[in-house]
Amino acid sequence: MVQDSTDVLKYPIPNEGTLEPPAEWAELRGKCPVAHVTFPSGDPARLLTRYDDVKTLLADPRFGRGTGQDAASVTEGDHDPLNNSEMAMAIPQDGEGHLAWRRHLNKWFTAKQMARLRPRITEVAERLVDEMTAKGAPADIKGGLGFPLPVWVICEILGVPEEDRDKFSYWSDTLLNMSRYDGEEIRAAQTEFYTYLAGHVAAKRENPGEDLLSELANDPESTMSDATLIATGQGLLVAGHETTANMIGKMIAMLLADRSKWEALLADPKLIRSAVEEALRLDVNAGFGMIRYIDQEIAIAGETIAPGTTVVCSMAAANRDEAAFERADEMDLARTPNPHLAFGAGLHSCLGQALARTELQVTLEVLLRRLPTLELAVPEGDLEKVEGLLVGGLVAVPVRW
Amino acid sequence: MKVTVYEDKCCGAGSCVMAAPDVFDQRDEDGIVVLLEESPGEDQFDAVREAASICPALAIELSEAK
Repeated sequence: MVQDSTDVLKYPIPNEGTLEPPAEWAELRGKCPVAHVTFPSGDPARLLTRYDDVKTLLADPRFGRGTGQDAASVTEGDHDPLNNSEMAMAIPQDGEGHLAWRRHLNKWFTAKQMARLRPRITEVAERLVDEMTAKGAPADIKGGLGFPLPVWVICEILGVPEEDRDKFSYWSDTLLNMSRYDGEEIRAAQTEFYTYLAGHVAAKRENPGEDLLSELANDPESTMSDATLIATGQGLLVAGHETTANMIGKMIAMLLADRSKWEALLADPKLIRSAVEEALRLDVNAGFGMIRYIDQEIAIAGETIAPGTTVVCSMAAANRDEAAFERADEMDLARTPNPHLAFGAGLHSCLGQALARTELQVTLEVLLRRLPTLELAVPEGDLEKVEGLLVGGLVAVPVRW
Repeated sequence: MKVTVYEDKCCGAGSCVMAAPDVFDQRDEDGIVVLLEESPGEDQFDAVREAASICPALAIELSEAK
């Protein structure tokens, strides 16, 4: 038994493995699907690990993230960029307002938009591979390709000029990385980033270009304030940069750790689309999970959850549920359909998921074509994990070719 | 097979369009699902089932003749 009623697990659950899940996930799914946990702040919450429970709660439109007073805090009264902050307050988080905001943004992330962006993303990926190979092996695929590619893409969508894109990269890293930078550096980066975006939004109101902020700023149907536009720019960078950068690193590490997977993709590049989904499903360092604040009684896995409870959904644990996926711990590059929950579910599921998928597919396409001899330059066991709380990943993914 | 889509649930992720582009599309202005083919041909069944299964918003329903 993992837990009797008095036991409380610390959350996030520590994981010794780099690419393998902690043993607790399977135990909790089996015996304790609504576990009692404590967040780093000391606040109590409940943890869901089964696929059906996680998907059902995330897709339930009655429940939001809960920015209210009695919702559990993740960390103790400090920097929590995805939850508190002016950014969260300037973007409607729930209900009709959220729906309207999201639908205004959706048009930039449709399948058609992705088809239009794809050749440019490919071009940038090619250029980054050129730069990486010019310096010679070994190289860090996360630093050389994973980190710069998504920031370039978000800047492209936001209409940020090339020469400012390195600054974006630094701001994004600083805002999300709670351990590497001190409070003063984080505050300075927040201020600089906010000031830059305020100027950028003003410039786009004056001289619109063909980008998301220009369009939102000058749409007669939309009444978004400067604060909402700035927060939207911040949110897109914070949500889309480090997550994708880390996922590129983790995906490549997974495919090279068992090199027969890489070889299977070389033999049949048609597997790229399903391989990307499988890497997303198997990611064990996916980050914190999604929080739902329960403000009316519900039953989950036969248990009644009282109003005032904060629930955290571990999509990564749900994605390895044998009840939802056959041979759930195995990497099956051809797995179809693959209804994994890496991007969440329901009205709050990742806005940029089509973009993330496109970036991951393009990365894989370009690397398979350009560097077919790619392999890890260190043993899998030497890959080091990022100690951040919100976005999980590997510090570096050293490769040679 | 009969396909039903729920616009109010749709979150515009575009997964259905990528899985079954002959059956699903998205509105340009807000990314919401557009059903192109209510009764798709048999050659589309696998793609449509995949689209329904991976829809993050659970906004696609299939009724299949037994």
